[in-house]
Formats: sequence, structure tokens, C-alpha cells
Amino acid sequence: MLESAVIWWTFFKISINERLIYRADFMLGTLMRFLPTLTQIFLWWAIYDVISNHDSVDSAAGPDGNIAGYQYGDMVAYYLLVIISRAFSSMPGLTGGIANQIRNGEVKKFLIQPVDMQGCLLIQRIAHKLVYYLIATLPFALVFFLCRDFFIEGWPPPNVLAVFFASLILSFLLGFYLECCIGLVGFWFLEVTSLTFIYMLMNFLLSGHMFPLELLPAEPFNIRQLVEYLPFKYLAYFPAAVFLGKIEGPELYRGLLAEIGWVLFFIVLSRILWHRGIKRYSGYGG
Amino acid sequence: MAWAVMNWGLFKIIYRHTGEIGLDSGWHEHEFFIFLGTIWIINSLIQTLFMANAAEFSELIRTGNLDFALLKPIDTQFLISFPRINWSQLPNGILGAMLIAHSLSELMNEREIYFSIFSIPAFLFFIGCGAVVMYSVMICLASTSIWFGRNQNLYNFWFYITNFYRYPMEIYQRSGVGMALWGTFTFVVPILVVSNIPARILAQPLGTPWKSWEWGLAAYAIVGSIWSLMASRWVFKLALKSYRSASS
Repeated sequence: MLESAVIWWTFFKISINERLIYRADFMLGTLMRFLPTLTQIFLWWAIYDVISNHDSVDSAAGPDGNIAGYQYGDMVAYYLLVIISRAFSSMPGLTGGIANQIRNGEVKKFLIQPVDMQGCLLIQRIAHKLVYYLIATLPFALVFFLCRDFFIEGWPPPNVLAVFFASLILSFLLGFYLECCIGLVGFWFLEVTSLTFIYMLMNFLLSGHMFPLELLPAEPFNIRQLVEYLPFKYLAYFPAAVFLGKIEGPELYRGLLAEIGWVLFFIVLSRILWHRGIKRYSGYGG
Repeated sequence: MAWAVMNWGLFKIIYRHTGEIGLDSGWHEHEFFIFLGTIWIINSLIQTLFMANAAEFSELIRTGNLDFALLKPIDTQFLISFPRINWSQLPNGILGAMLIAHSLSELMNEREIYFSIFSIPAFLFFIGCGAVVMYSVMICLASTSIWFGRNQNLYNFWFYITNFYRYPMEIYQRSGVGMALWGTFTFVVPILVVSNIPARILAQPLGTPWKSWEWGLAAYAIVGSIWSLMASRWVFKLALKSYRSASS
């Protein structure tokens, strides 16, 4: 028990150091990440201008119309919050990494060493993410401070805030195990880029990355309802909507439970895939 | 291609909730999709002709293989700009043209659009201007890798910069930050102009004939593309001066 803890701790430390190599690059990259949001702000401003009541246009609070329950401030705040959700749930390179290891035989090391592949990758991710938050806090704080007026409602009540943080951590786990599963399909397909691509598309459209899911049309067929039954919305939409008070009362906890359910589902699925995968794995290459 | 479709989907959804982007700017749904198609064409031109080459240029700098290009008795900028064509990016442009054709025909059913034999050549000419400006931006970005050593961020930077030219300029023309952005991307790096002018030629969001400022802007687009080409040339030369070749 203690031994494995030491192993995991070592993995953790290595990954942390790995990440600290490019810190300046990192900070800059984080700030750059907000540039698209800047254009989003202007885009939505222009849109809200049109749908607003024109007598009060350009009042201090900005245009006053609302789209699917989102006021202009909400909309901008939504995009900012989605950046946070994505900072937790996005796993660049995870799927491709796993598939590559399977293809070039590197995965063998997990068969002979007494470490578990998912565990090892998870520790690495946690380390990377922690470093990321450490460095990114400064630029994030700056941007959110500059944009504080967009948060019309101010800080949500403590219980909502708690759900918000819980949903962020769960979104990290969900993103990790979901992508893990896609990567492990590499045992059967060898090439998963097309699968990754489909996932990316789905993620982009159905997770609320591009717009609040409330904007999705209910006709000609009800996509709005469909996304409720898919795991994607927890990767971006759910935490942001919780923070903005779009999800209230019992729905809040129901959503959280559903998210936990999805996480467990993908943990189990990735286990099954792993055990079935290594059975048919033949270990080509060095 | 998928990005293009997603972009289209996004605005399809947005236009379910609003009739126009920017109050009285004239960018209704069909007009805007003409704009979007224009962007796709310019983007695909750049990605077909220059993107891979610019990335290759950064790589040449990093590995020190630029020496060979410098030694050849031909203009270096020309040499590194055109060696490869990435045909796989062309379909986006065709998609853009189709989107424009479709939106234009829809638009013509709705209201009067001035369309003559000069419209297409003028449109293509200004698309060309757009390609020139975007090429210049890309050369400048790629040249920076001489100073920074590694430039894996080229594609990222490219994405972030093009992010600003993908929308009608009207959306920026308000408040301090917006005007600053508009000014920067009109007069310093004229990328907004070159996306807006060709789209305005076909879409005519404010109707025909053009307002006088639209004419002025079109004239400026030509000046701007010449100026940005010169600027990129200058940056490229300046960067080459600092080139110290890597390894041996």
C-alpha cells in the first residue's frame, strides 16, 4: 500500500516538473485564450443591440434584451465560465496518446510493470492540470476582474458555489475517462483519429462550448432535449449554467448525480475496454 | 471543413434568435452568410498556398536548414513562400463559393441586388487583396520564429488573429476597446478591411449604391494590401538579419 503510494507520488512529481519547463509560454497562451472571447463579447453585443428595446440602448448595463433567458451580461459571463469548465474537462492529446502507445507497443510497459495505466495517466493529468491552474490563476483572475460587470447576479449562494466546484472536478474526471475510453478503442481499431474527430465535433456542438445549450432548437427534431441525455453537456455547459443560476433547486443535485453516474459509467467502461483489450493485444513493435 | 460546417451551424442558430447582427448594419442572415463564405474562401486560399510553407519555414529556422535557402541565387522570401501547395484545404473554398452562390440567390429573391459583369472580377480582386494581407501577416508571424527559436504556436497565433477578421467590422465600432480593436485591425494590420470589402461587394448590406465611406474603404483596402506586403517584406528582411543558423 505504502509502496504504491510512493510510486504514485513519484509519478506526480515528475509530471509537475515536466509541466514547469515552459511557464512563460504557458501564461501567454492562457491570456491568448481569452482573445476569441473578446470578439464574442462584441458579436453578442451587436446581436443584443438588435433584439433590445431601443429606447434604452447603450444604457450603462448594455442592451437589455434576452435570448433564451440569457441577458447580454449572462451571455458574456457564460463564455467566460465555459473557459473555466473547459480548463477542467479538456484533455489535449489523451486519446491520441493512448492509441499511439497501443499501436507502437509502448503499452507493454504497463503489462510488465506493477502500475496501472489509467491510474498513471490520471496522476499525470492531475499534475498537469494543477500546474496549469497554478499558473493560469493570475491571467484568469485578471480577466474575470476586468469583466466583473458582466456577472449581473454577482456571486451565487454558497450551496450553488459548492455544486459548481463539485461539477468542475467531476467534469475533469468525466473528460478524462471519456477520452480514455475512446483511446482504448485503439486496441480494436489501431487508428482512432476519425473517432477523435467525431468526438471533437460532438463535444463542440453539444457540450455548450460554442453557445448556451438553451439556444439549441427544439425543431425540426428536439436537439435541446437530446443533449440532456448525453454526457457532453457536463463538459462545458453544466458548471457554467450552475454558476449563473440557470439550473435551480432539485435540478441542481439531480444534474450532479447524473454527472456522477456518467463518470462511474465511463470508469467501468474504460476498465472493461482495458481488460478485453489486453487480451487481444499482440504487442507488435519494440 | 468540419470547422466551417460548425461555424455555419452556430450562425444558423444565432439567426433563429436575431434578425440582424449589429443594429441597422444590414447584416441579416443571407448577407452574413455571404460574408462567411468570403472568409472561407480567403482562409482556404491561405491554407492551400501558404500555411504549410510558413510552418515549414519555422522548421527550417529551427533546424538551421534555412542556410540552403539563403545560399540559392533566388529571392529567399519567394523561395520559402511557394514550394508546396496543400490541396486538401481547397474544398473549404469551394464550399464557401457554394454558400455565397446560394445566399446570393436567396437574397436576390428578397430585394434588389446590383450585380453586373464587374461584380465577380471586383469580388475576386478584393479576395486577392485579402489573400495578400493574410499572407503578409503569416510571413510576419513565421519570421518571428527567428527571434523566438521555436514557434509551435504559429497555428495558434494564426487562429487568434484570424478570429478578429471573421466578423463584420460594425460589431467593433463602439466603446473604447472596440474602437481600438477596429482601428488596429483596419489601419495597422488591415485584416478587417480585406474581409469586409469583398463581402460588401456582393452582399451590399446597406443597399446600392455604396455609401461614400464604403468606396473609401475599398480604395483603402488596395493601399492596405500593398502596405502590408511591404511591411511583411521589411519584417522578413529584418528577421533574416538576426538569423544565426542552428547547429552546423
